[in-house]
Amino acid sequence: MSAYNFFLVFQREFSTRVRKRSFIIMTIIGPFLFAAMILSPLLLATYEEEELKNIAVIDSSHLFINKIPETKNLKFTYIQTDKVQEKLKTFNQEGFWGVLFISHNVTYAPNSVTLYSQSQPGTSVKYHIEESLKKEMERQLMYTNKLYDLEKTIQAIKSHVNIRIVQIEEGGKMKETNDTLAMIVGYASGFLIYFFIFLFGSQVMRGVIEEKTNRIVEVIVSSVKPFELMMGKIAGIAAIALIQFTAWLLLTVSFITIGQKALFPEISLSETNKVVAQDIMQKQQPTQTVINIQSQAIDDKTAKMKEFYTAMNNINFGVIFGCFIFFFLGGYLLYAAIFAAIGSAVDNEADTQQFMLPVTIPLILAIYVMINTMNNPDSNLSFWFSLIPLTSPIVMMVRIPFGVPYWQAGLSMGLLVVTFIAFTWLAARIYRTGILMYGKKVTYRELYKWIKYK
Amino acid sequence: MQNIIHVRNVSKSFSNHQALSNASIEIKEGIVFGLLGPNGAGKTTLIRILNQIIAPDSGEIMFKEQPLSAEDIRHFGYLPEERGLYKKMKVGEQALYLARLKGLSKQEANKRLKYWFEKLKIGSWWDKRIEELSKGMAQKVQFVTTIIHEPSLLIFDEPFSGFDPINANMLKNEIKELKEKGTTIILSSHNMSSVEELCDDIALINRSKVILQGNVEEIRHSYRKNIFELSFTGNHEEVVTLAQQHYHILKSIQNHHIHTITLQAKGSVAENDLLKIVVPHVQVLSFKEVLPGMEEIFIENVKKSQE
Repeated sequence: MSAYNFFLVFQREFSTRVRKRSFIIMTIIGPFLFAAMILSPLLLATYEEEELKNIAVIDSSHLFINKIPETKNLKFTYIQTDKVQEKLKTFNQEGFWGVLFISHNVTYAPNSVTLYSQSQPGTSVKYHIEESLKKEMERQLMYTNKLYDLEKTIQAIKSHVNIRIVQIEEGGKMKETNDTLAMIVGYASGFLIYFFIFLFGSQVMRGVIEEKTNRIVEVIVSSVKPFELMMGKIAGIAAIALIQFTAWLLLTVSFITIGQKALFPEISLSETNKVVAQDIMQKQQPTQTVINIQSQAIDDKTAKMKEFYTAMNNINFGVIFGCFIFFFLGGYLLYAAIFAAIGSAVDNEADTQQFMLPVTIPLILAIYVMINTMNNPDSNLSFWFSLIPLTSPIVMMVRIPFGVPYWQAGLSMGLLVVTFIAFTWLAARIYRTGILMYGKKVTYRELYKWIKYK
Repeated sequence: MQNIIHVRNVSKSFSNHQALSNASIEIKEGIVFGLLGPNGAGKTTLIRILNQIIAPDSGEIMFKEQPLSAEDIRHFGYLPEERGLYKKMKVGEQALYLARLKGLSKQEANKRLKYWFEKLKIGSWWDKRIEELSKGMAQKVQFVTTIIHEPSLLIFDEPFSGFDPINANMLKNEIKELKEKGTTIILSSHNMSSVEELCDDIALINRSKVILQGNVEEIRHSYRKNIFELSFTGNHEEVVTLAQQHYHILKSIQNHHIHTITLQAKGSVAENDLLKIVVPHVQVLSFKEVLPGMEEIFIENVKKSQE
């Protein structure tokens, strides 16, 4: 391979892309899009309908009059009537959203409460009523059973347990970790790799198709080897990806810092400093660790934060960043070679469908395993998928923040490198034949033949 | 004259068809060489093998008496049949890129491009994107990028297809000029009149085999059919009667008082004999032998090889 030719191709791929308006725009708005992608499911899940629902309650048992607490959008009006059937016909005209009928045998018969309405009530409405009735019933049953102070007793004995997780590393060094934090870091990096492989892998594919449809490719390969052209393109786009990633990281960090200061000024450095100071004091006086229920309850929130902070300090972001770059590049190079081969085999993007399936399946699978891995980073499933090169960049990246034995990480990296070289070799053989083929619907059998050509 | 290219027994097959079988071609330095043949005969495969885009299954290519090596590609200029440019790139930037891929330094490439852009009057396009240019304009840019590194061997695959008449003519003139400077040019073409006009030697490929090769004039002479064309003024009837003893009259045309007849000798006759017969009777304006055109030879050979 001529290094100079490779460099020229690399330079062209890089410089034409880095100047594109779409690249500059994506670099700036990327973090916002990410934030929107992560936050929008949360917002949608917590979204509540603002409409006020006035519910008429016909309580034949007389146990729940004025007992169901009202909420922002739920009002309850208690009605005394025996003519339930008539009420059901007229409630709408009277301005009620629905009718809640509580039968007289509610305390011992199941299914004795019915909510009538014209539109489907959300689960939250049903849940609210169910819980309120249940609580009230329990309270009344306590009185019936003469357990007058039970509620107070329960309040008094309520305890708080927060487990600190300390990993003992080889050599006996102790390290405080936090599952939630590891999960966040793992999820974010796994997802980013998935996203980047698709985003930039398909850029490689589109670049190859572009050269083919523009009919420039034959001119180019009369000057450079197809392998140089393919690798130059893949590397040029990798450089673009790294730059974009770095820009996103820097922008996100600054957004978070600014956002935190603006939205939650109370979580400031001084607060965390206080927590750390407390922590140090506790460590200095281990004999005085007296379990005091009251103080522990007060400090529940601060304890969590303290734990988070210590875990933050204990997570080796250098190692994670290094691993991220490695697995990102490894995964990208592996898939980019496949994407390049696909691009070379087709005449336009619409024809890529049939070849995209084998690329998409392992990536989607990796995402499913990733979710499992977040809860169970050392399971057999996670172990194997973090070794198999097609899924390892994503799955291993989720495991790393939880701590992975060196040999597993090393093996996974080694396998990734070997597979990437093998795939690149195969892809290059398909590529050099494919780029010169026009107007032919290509099958998998054809691709196999191309690999065997001299 | 030294051979610049010697194709020795080259074969190449793709999954289900033989593209070249045992093809051998010699191309002398400094000539224009025509690669002829119907579609799918194997011309483009041979051209791609010459450009080292694909490798032959067997056989070898000699460049200046040495086996062709990867570095030799610097001395080749190639304009493929499927030719194009990056649509979104600027003309100058793109030309510079292609020139540098051929091994020119940035400064040298810049200097030469400026010269050629001036010569072809396309200097004002430097900062335009290819997609803003017409097809004919893009062809000029392609031509410049093909020859910018002053290759000793130029290969044009179907150069006249897709070129408008003005650009085709420009291309012809540039080919002639390059030949005068000593560049060897290989062109594949369907356009037989341009082959006759430009090519010194040709090779005819059909169904993966080289079925005819040699010097264009020699080939045409070897296919001579003793056909002559005679123009004269005077008694037309008399000439016809006299000539019919030894010749078939193929065609007879009268334009004002000038008669032109095409005749074919019945046996082998010396050209002068006809003149001896007719000169005493009419005023001879011109007399020449009609050699078969390449088109005719092409069709005849292709048909013969398919039988």
